[in-house]
Amino acid sequence: MTEQRTPLVEMRNISISFGGIHAVDNASVDLYPGEVVALLGHNGAGKSTLIKILSGAYRRDAGEILINGEPAEIGNPRDAKKYGIETIYQTLAVADNVDAAANLYLGRELRTPWGTLDDVAMEAKAREVMGRLNPNFQRFKEPVKALSGGQRQSVAIARAILFNARILIMDEPTAALGPQETAQVGELIKQLKREGIGIFLISHDIHDVFDLADRVSVMKNGQVVGHARTEDVTKDEVLGMIIMGKVPAKAIPGPGAMQMA
Amino acid sequence: MADTTHTASFNRARSADESPVKRFFRATEIDTRLLGMVGAMLIIWIGFHFLSGGLFLTSRNLWNLSVQTASIAVMATGMVLVIVTRNIDLSVGSILGFVGMIMGVLQAELLPQLLGFNHPATWIITLFAGLLLGAAIGALHGVIIAFLNVPSFIVTLGGLLVWRGATWFVTSGRTVAPMDSTFRLMGGGTEGSIGATASWIVGLIACIAIVASIIHSRRQRKRFGFPRRPVWAEYFLSAVGCALVLGAVAIANNYGWPVNIARKYADANGIAWPEGGLFIAHGIAIPVLIAIAIGIIMTFISTRLRFGRYVFALGGNPEAAELAGIKTRWVTVRIFALMGMLCAIAAAISTARLNAATNAQGELDELYTIAAAVIGGTSLAGGMGTIAGAMLGALVMQSLQSGMVLLGIDSPLQRIVVGMVLVTAVWLDTVYRARAK
Repeated sequence: MTEQRTPLVEMRNISISFGGIHAVDNASVDLYPGEVVALLGHNGAGKSTLIKILSGAYRRDAGEILINGEPAEIGNPRDAKKYGIETIYQTLAVADNVDAAANLYLGRELRTPWGTLDDVAMEAKAREVMGRLNPNFQRFKEPVKALSGGQRQSVAIARAILFNARILIMDEPTAALGPQETAQVGELIKQLKREGIGIFLISHDIHDVFDLADRVSVMKNGQVVGHARTEDVTKDEVLGMIIMGKVPAKAIPGPGAMQMA
Repeated sequence: MADTTHTASFNRARSADESPVKRFFRATEIDTRLLGMVGAMLIIWIGFHFLSGGLFLTSRNLWNLSVQTASIAVMATGMVLVIVTRNIDLSVGSILGFVGMIMGVLQAELLPQLLGFNHPATWIITLFAGLLLGAAIGALHGVIIAFLNVPSFIVTLGGLLVWRGATWFVTSGRTVAPMDSTFRLMGGGTEGSIGATASWIVGLIACIAIVASIIHSRRQRKRFGFPRRPVWAEYFLSAVGCALVLGAVAIANNYGWPVNIARKYADANGIAWPEGGLFIAHGIAIPVLIAIAIGIIMTFISTRLRFGRYVFALGGNPEAAELAGIKTRWVTVRIFALMGMLCAIAAAISTARLNAATNAQGELDELYTIAAAVIGGTSLAGGMGTIAGAMLGALVMQSLQSGMVLLGIDSPLQRIVVGMVLVTAVWLDTVYRARAK
């Protein structure tokens, strides 16, 4: 394994609670360049919350985040972007009523020397990026609302790669997609991996991500059950981790592992 | 380049089985919704024209209509941004009243003491003070809405009461008059119009701007290889645009000064009073020019600037906007501050027009402003709306009102009609949008 290298991201002993409930409790995960780590767990296991701390949507109560071995201060989504962290959300976080180009550049618009929006340049670049990603995509002038789930997802992914993300977080990236579109996203993940981008895949469905991931980290009730390399474990063993918190022999147990009697 | 040809052939394939009407709208890229509203307005105009025995479609009435619309139209442009972000501003009428009263006191009582009566700087100082005050009030509302998380409905409902009450306290309910003579030009009237020659010049500049912008956008599309409109459609749009502008100027120039004012002017300037009266054209009224300028600036802000892009993104999906790194709270504050400034401009227009600042100025204006924006296609669900639509909405509302005044309909009945029209218009719009999906 790549343990000798500095991890791209290391989240150490992260905790956050909402109104007395420990949504994430002393959780640690890491991610290396060119690696895909699947973060698995039931709905409500705390995986989305953990990752939203990394993307700046939530502020942690305790713990630290290291990016390339350096402590990182992430207080809001803008900070996260500064560290090259891009997130593609479960809820397809695109602004429905503006077009693809506007979404790609939302928050980082290209501007003309006079300070006005350079829509033409943005559309040209959008056509280029989307052409690489999804050559069938033609509906640049329409609001994103009018697009299919897969098309919207490609807009969200294009948005991330447009800004040279080094760390990509994908929350249920294929949940809203059909089989063909899912395969497309899979291809895309492999391509991004080759470029040395580290990817967190978050899912409650192991079948979505098992073949794409190099490692899995499983969460349950806000705690990390354990980490494992996908080649060392079977799907059933991972399911056991998700459902029961039972850690197989070749996995590294975390604080949330079931206590053996 | 391959991309362009693909799209072009795709469009051609699609247009082959379309009716000529559809093809026409696709080629010209005219917003059918906006066109529908223009159609509805023409029906209203022609209807009133016949019912009033030919009084409505006269240059005099249309000129007055344009002046009466100005104040609401200015505020409606800001209301679009407010409603697009899923907020509402119920306080605009009261802000207008309060800012108008402060501006009235400033120019009629305070500044004459400092600078002397009719000092040339009076109007500009007054206007700037009003703009600052309006922006401050709006920003205060915005801060409470964005940072203290009080719903805008409640904050501005409070503002509606607070600023109306504050208006009373400025002068204990006394009406302030008269206004500064330069300031008064902002209200229109014979003095506050720019005359025939200047109107034609403005019209010509507008025509040049229309043609230039069409040529520019065509060049831009060509440069990046995007699909372009057919050439005939470009000519058609240029021709229609110029015809509308020049037609409006011709109407404004057709409305002459009232006889007694013209006679006074003739006497004062030593012009012999000709047989059959002296014709001096009004031309475009200054408040109308202000409203048009505001409309252009606001359209520029909402479509060409980053701020406008954020406003619409925020309205479409607030969470996505926040996650994209937009400072959504500050955007909200800026929207309300801008709304406050527009209220100040509307206050300047209406106090200047009335030549007085009164306690009741702007009452119910919030409702007309919201109605104008909504009739103009701004969706209360957020994310949709255009400045031009809202201004057209204001014109439709004002047409209804002044048409009913011409017919001698009582004001209670006027309100009933306006209320029903508002509900019907929004219902029709809902039907249209459901179909468009």
